Amino acid sequence: MAHQNIKIAQDFVDGIPHSKALGMTVVSVGEGEFVMEMPYNPDYIGDPATGVIHGGAVFALLDSCCGGAVISHPEHKGVTATIDLRVDYMRPATPGQTIRATATCYNMTRTVAFVRAVATDSRSDKPVAMASGAFVTG
Amino acid sequence: MAKNKPEPVQVIKQRRDAALAKLGASIPYVTYMGIQFERRGDELTAILPFRDDLVGNPFLPALHGGATAAFLEVSCVFELTWSTVWEAIETGVMSPDEIAIGQNLTMPKTIDFTVDYLRSGLPRDAYARAVVNRSGRRYASVSVEAWQDNRSRLFAKASGHFIIPDIKTDT
Repeated sequence: MAHQNIKIAQDFVDGIPHSKALGMTVVSVGEGEFVMEMPYNPDYIGDPATGVIHGGAVFALLDSCCGGAVISHPEHKGVTATIDLRVDYMRPATPGQTIRATATCYNMTRTVAFVRAVATDSRSDKPVAMASGAFVTG
Repeated sequence: MAKNKPEPVQVIKQRRDAALAKLGASIPYVTYMGIQFERRGDELTAILPFRDDLVGNPFLPALHGGATAAFLEVSCVFELTWSTVWEAIETGVMSPDEIAIGQNLTMPKTIDFTVDYLRSGLPRDAYARAVVNRSGRRYASVSVEAWQDNRSRLFAKASGHFIIPDIKTDT
């Protein structure tokens, strides 16, 4: 069942051209919970001096993952769109490492879904970035 | 001491445009996204030419929120970098030929970035102009507006804070 959900979620993500282009994969899906990964790619470098990925690519991963959390929420029907999203960049992502985003849709109303997410790499438990935002429902 | 004859303005303009292009080309992600810059004096406009792989909702279709955010963040970082570089060129601290990230320049680091999605991004080119609201010794506050066909109908607005790197003047 869990594998089936991941497959459905991955097919959905593959249907989003920009997410597919950035190589995003679904790790797990729960009710209002979504975990995604984005592999390191030299194309996404924002600071050539250090090889650190551009914040924009991390933002795209967090935004996609938050959208996934909204769609996987049991009370949600149909598609969603971002109303607003704030990302705090805590530390540079370690060059060469995959970035993992974990998003939670913690409140769902008739019109708005509230989501937060955290991005980590494998170097430390300290987050690379955190996001919080509001999404359209229904 | 005799004053040097000023350089023809066209030569200066070409050199500055080349410096700007060099700045963009030195960042892989900017190249990957296909983001371009146009300069009118010290004013920059960022351009995101439409591409199929920037879409987030293929049914509408609409630009991916992440692509929009990335475009806006790049616009802010460039505005901030360019405003410093511009001043450095004007005051002769830095020559336009020296400009490439990783040599004499360090990128500003984003502290936080907030995007307001005002309407869905249409499958066409997008434009953005950023403003440095305040630039202190260490931090800068930058905001940016993005539009497509109509300058007064913004499709996204964003603002963020950045850590300003020092310009290294020694080589």
